[in-house]
Amino acid sequence: MSFVKLTVSALAIGAVSATAAAARDQVQIAGSSTVLPYASIVAEAFGENFDFPTPVVESGGSSAGLKRFCEGVGENTIDIANASRRIKDKEIKTCAENGVTDIIEVRIGYDGIVFASDINGNKFEFTPADWYKALSDKVVVDGKIVDNPNTTWKDVNPAFPAQPIQAFVPGTKHGTREVFEDKVILAGCEATGDFDAFKAANGDDKKAAEKACIALRTDGKSVDIDGDYTETLARIGSNKDGIGVFGLAFYENNTDKLQVATMSGVVPSTETIASGEYPVSRPLQFYIKKAHIGVIPGLKEFAEFFVSDEIAGPDGPLAAYGLVSDPELAKTQEAVADEVVMGGNM
Amino acid sequence: MTDISQNGSTPRKHGETLMKLTARTKRRNAAERRFQAYGIAAIAAGLLMLAILVVNIVGNGYGAFTQTFVTLDVTLDAAKLDKKGQRNLDDIKKVSTFGYAPLIQKAIEAKVAALGVKTDLKPKDMAALLSKGAPAQLRDYVLEHPDAIGKTLSFRFLANSRVDGYLKGRVTRHSIENDKNISVPQLDLTDQLVKAGVIEKTFNSEFILGSDASDQRPEAAGIGTSMLGSLFMMLVVLALSLPIGVAASIFLEEFAPKAWWTDVIEVNISNLAAVPSIVFGILGLAVFINYMNQPMSAPLVGGLVLTLMTLPTIIISTRAALKAVPPSIRDAALGVGASKMQAVFHHVLPLAAPGILTGTIIGLAQALGETAPLLLIGMVGFIASNPPDSLAAGLMEPNSAMPAQIYEWAKRADPAFYERAWGGIIILLVFLVTMNTLAVILRRRFERRW
Repeated sequence: MSFVKLTVSALAIGAVSATAAAARDQVQIAGSSTVLPYASIVAEAFGENFDFPTPVVESGGSSAGLKRFCEGVGENTIDIANASRRIKDKEIKTCAENGVTDIIEVRIGYDGIVFASDINGNKFEFTPADWYKALSDKVVVDGKIVDNPNTTWKDVNPAFPAQPIQAFVPGTKHGTREVFEDKVILAGCEATGDFDAFKAANGDDKKAAEKACIALRTDGKSVDIDGDYTETLARIGSNKDGIGVFGLAFYENNTDKLQVATMSGVVPSTETIASGEYPVSRPLQFYIKKAHIGVIPGLKEFAEFFVSDEIAGPDGPLAAYGLVSDPELAKTQEAVADEVVMGGNM
Repeated sequence: MTDISQNGSTPRKHGETLMKLTARTKRRNAAERRFQAYGIAAIAAGLLMLAILVVNIVGNGYGAFTQTFVTLDVTLDAAKLDKKGQRNLDDIKKVSTFGYAPLIQKAIEAKVAALGVKTDLKPKDMAALLSKGAPAQLRDYVLEHPDAIGKTLSFRFLANSRVDGYLKGRVTRHSIENDKNISVPQLDLTDQLVKAGVIEKTFNSEFILGSDASDQRPEAAGIGTSMLGSLFMMLVVLALSLPIGVAASIFLEEFAPKAWWTDVIEVNISNLAAVPSIVFGILGLAVFINYMNQPMSAPLVGGLVLTLMTLPTIIISTRAALKAVPPSIRDAALGVGASKMQAVFHHVLPLAAPGILTGTIIGLAQALGETAPLLLIGMVGFIASNPPDSLAAGLMEPNSAMPAQIYEWAKRADPAFYERAWGGIIILLVFLVTMNTLAVILRRRFERRW
């Protein structure tokens, strides 16, 4: 008879789920693993200070988060997508096809991308050109496009020690990768003049030349890390020659294991990033589904709390963790309060 | 055959005895000794690995069970916390945690002055020795006890994870050279406060009972809420997979005719048992969340996914247990006039029950340690922050599970989370060892052999 009881209880669980599924009372967020720590700090403070339950924050990468964001409108879809890059036109189109039309873009601040290696290893002072020459699939040598022949950093730049090239760069599902390609590899490609050579070889096609620039070598000297920065850190721990790409906040929490390299002569810090001296930085943002405001309790309050001065301002907890606060925060606050959606032309 | 082999063997030569070993016998004996040595070496290697694993886990994780606390006398200033002075809860709620931070700064400043400790630090840097969760702890207390406003009370706050790491030896003066979160003067102050008994390291029950905390306060993170998440998932798994699994096995074993379709089912069940768990996660995402509109991150969905994963294990072990009951028991029951169903439920099933339970417990233990399918249904992240307050909330509200929480901690930037990941592993292992021991005890005590 106990089977009957168990079956009945199983059915009861099913019934409970059918009723409870109708009301979700906490905000659900997913996306960039770079934004995750900031979002969870805000979520925790939000849960403490408001009568709403603590929002749920998942990671997985900017692209994965935006994909879930664009799956549709409804309680079993997420309300907010965190992204360490801006939403693409293609993604906006997918969103629109699934009924997600009114999207509010909220910039929370800036984040620096730093290059760090083992604390006991060699010191480096990089320029974008060094990274391009070290990691690009093809480079121009004596006017000819050849497979990248460089095997040590000394080959790249005679000022560097003869340390084998071993780079750990974020995988393609990370927003950080795009910034790395844009602001480091492509910038280096242009600085060395190789960009023009690629352009000439591709019949003056700018897009093709850019693609050729940012194609990374596949002979194992550049390794894509699809996981989080902890994986990059572990790789450097086991391979002392490795140099990894990190977010500034991650580096600042692990200064006992990592030393940071300068880029174009500037040491990365919240100050140099805020002033724009440090070249490799990007805005961090999140996207809200306007259709969910008013349906999911606390969604708008959470967004306003996120960009409030006491949280995202220069003295707030986010800045203390490593976020470079946005000088135009007041504008963002206004936009969130007025629920300004992204322009129709995008 | 025996004749041939006898003829084939070399006859014993004159003067040889069985007492004296020939070269060939010696070789055979040596081969046997060698084989035994290999076996012992294999076992020793296994034990060594186990020892390394246990030493590693305990060595890295035991620190999570102790935590550094700071005891301070805080004056709950009425002018700051309740400006209207009417002790109206709504008015008090308007003061956010940011409003409580100055009270703590004042408290530690007063403490340092009272102890006569010399330091050049500003009150703000002194307060940085405390967890960033301290104002929230104070606010929660005031909201619960509005009468306390205006009084001076003694509070026990968590210390910052860097201070905690310093007392545990993880953080040293050398390692913080480039660290902007803590400075050497702050460590000097810590040393003096430890001497004065204001800062002490004690057992930390919050790690076992508490909720997850955000990246800026690893010292406050606990595994309790995700433990509840695991518990609710296991309830769902037990409530669904045991009746379904047992019913399916009884039908297949006792009632179903031997036909081609039962063979097909049998082969499929064995195949399902070998399917990687991530596949069940994708299935769960597609069916339970996208098609059936169940909420993301809910233990109910996690439980359903793990049920799919556990069912084959339970069916296979139940069928083995049913098969082990000798046919004579069924024949005897049928012989005295019992119906087939009576024979099964009154005689076969009770005898097979220990085997079924053992299989179920092992299946549950497997499900308890599973992470991969939970990744896809949204149970990894900053999720286990609200302990559920009812059965329905436990099933439907977003929660994590123990292995998913461990994975999440291992990913975070602050090294203090790493220690907590190892501590979580210790707790998870205690659960698994307990469950497996229970299974062994049940089998030993109740299983009957024929």
